[in-house]
Amino acid sequence: MIEITDVTKTYQGGDGGFQALRGVSFSIEDGEFVAIMGPSGSGKSTLMHILGALDTPTTGTYFLDSKDVSGFSDDELADIRRDKIGFVFQSFNLLPRTTVLRNVMLPLIYAGVHEAEREKYAKKALLATGLGEEHFHHLSNQLSGGQIQRVAIARALVNNPTLILADEPTGNLDTKTGEIVLGTFQKLNQEQGRTIILITHEPDVAEHAERIIHIRDGLILSDSKNHKRQATHHTSHHA
Amino acid sequence: MTTFDILQETYTALSANKARSGLTVLGIVIGISSVIAMVSIGQGAQGSIQSSIQSIGSNLIMVTPGTQQGPGFQVSAGRGSARTLTQGDADAVMKEITGAQAVAPEISGRYQVTSKGKNTNTSVIGTNGSYPEVRNVEVDDGVFISDDNSRSLSKVAVLGPTTRDDLFGEGVEAVGQPIRIKGIEFKVIGITRSKGGSGFGSQDDMIFVPLTSAQRFLAGDSYVTTISVKAPDTESMTAIQEQITNLLLDRHNISDPQAADFSAMNQQDIVATASSITQTFTILLAAVAGISLVVGGIGIMNMMLTTVTERTREIGLRKAIGAKRRDINLQFLTEAVALTFVGGLIGVALGWGISFAVKYAGILETKVSLSSVLLAFGVSAAIGIIFGYYPARRAAALNPIEALRYE
Repeated sequence: MIEITDVTKTYQGGDGGFQALRGVSFSIEDGEFVAIMGPSGSGKSTLMHILGALDTPTTGTYFLDSKDVSGFSDDELADIRRDKIGFVFQSFNLLPRTTVLRNVMLPLIYAGVHEAEREKYAKKALLATGLGEEHFHHLSNQLSGGQIQRVAIARALVNNPTLILADEPTGNLDTKTGEIVLGTFQKLNQEQGRTIILITHEPDVAEHAERIIHIRDGLILSDSKNHKRQATHHTSHHA
Repeated sequence: MTTFDILQETYTALSANKARSGLTVLGIVIGISSVIAMVSIGQGAQGSIQSSIQSIGSNLIMVTPGTQQGPGFQVSAGRGSARTLTQGDADAVMKEITGAQAVAPEISGRYQVTSKGKNTNTSVIGTNGSYPEVRNVEVDDGVFISDDNSRSLSKVAVLGPTTRDDLFGEGVEAVGQPIRIKGIEFKVIGITRSKGGSGFGSQDDMIFVPLTSAQRFLAGDSYVTTISVKAPDTESMTAIQEQITNLLLDRHNISDPQAADFSAMNQQDIVATASSITQTFTILLAAVAGISLVVGGIGIMNMMLTTVTERTREIGLRKAIGAKRRDINLQFLTEAVALTFVGGLIGVALGWGISFAVKYAGILETKVSLSSVLLAFGVSAAIGIIFGYYPARRAAALNPIEALRYE
């Protein structure tokens, strides 16, 4: 459960600073699949950072699982990210020259999960994204873009987070591969009830979500159910 | 994050760029190994100088003629060349210093020595029968000069092994053969045992003759150049040294000890002086080697800074998935310390090897002390922490948002 109330964010700088968010409020229930959409400079990245506990709002409150994290210290935020949030980035950010399994196990190291259980969790997360077991011991640089992004999704999933935050996850992928990745998100949302927030500037991508929040110039333009939700052909991509 | 996790991450990170890690480690290897080798060579030199000082005798006090001082002027004729010690002084020391175990007056000079067409120029020492006891000289073949020889002005000589080789050839039986010193014929009655040591002032390149014979036939006067006194033990040395000084001051009518025209040197003082000189050299060598260690440390820092910059995105990701400042700090610090630790390990082995090679080649009797190994390890670990601290802190302080955006 996410609840954001009157959140503003001002970056210090010349001329009294720059206000990236100017009072944003919304709430997201568990199990929702929401797209936050807006052009560059709209404040969606800033909103993503706040939702991801990478940054704190200047004013306003952010309740994540009924905890107000808006005033947390760096270390407390790190704990929130570790336990409650899974990130998927546009540029994947897998560790190079490291096996798929080890990449997925990385968050478990910081979570203090026992050595013996890490592999079990990692394999489970990887299978949930539809990546074939034959790839588990490949190095991350031996995979295709779509496979890499699914490893990244597994990494976001492995800690069993409250929220999966995907920042332009298809931005570096071709349309077809992008569809596969978006399908994976839909599947996780429908089959596992995962809460997913998708940040994008592409309407085509946003169409995959159940609800779309439009943001522009630091304010919410619209927040509505997506009636023409695209059913992705996420049949079986056990590539 | 467990210790094992950190070590595994460190191994992965360092082996990702083997050439760079290897070269950085090499800097530390050179630093540590040169510190170890230099210190062991310095200590070896110290040991060898000390043992060569010990070889001239044990518990030895040497009285030599020295500075002559009058009111308002000072003439230093150089130690050993001034003529202020006489046969009378030597006799008085022998008679009155009852605590002394043995007393050997000497008169030395360099003369041309010939035998059957071969000739050499070497130092000839006139002394008495106590000399072997005082100066740790052993006779290999024949006998040493006796007090009887001295009393009867015998023209007999004892040769050092090197001198024997020069005059008669290596291994040739020389006892009973005649030699000529300054044109006067002496009969060889003994050969001393080799004491080792080489070059200037070798104790193997010497001829011993009776003191009186040397005074009468060679020097032509009754001065002595050294009075060597052997004390029964180390503890009594200072007391005997003092007695000798007082006796000779009295005999020379000098009231101010500062104005003494002789000097009585205690062997311990000589050892101490030599030790302090070699110690200084050891420190100097170690300091020069230490500089290379610092350069190696800067290499570590340079590599770590490059690594932090290269892995900015990785650091951002780690922070995004829940790594705390402390985790990042520890990870990069461990990498730096691991580099220096490996460098230290190889460096100690290499330094040991160099030291062993020097010993094996017969240059010096080196030894690697445990303390220098521990010091080297401590220093390398400290270098890892010191030079790794700043890069690690820089990594830990990165803002995750900016780090993730870093191109």
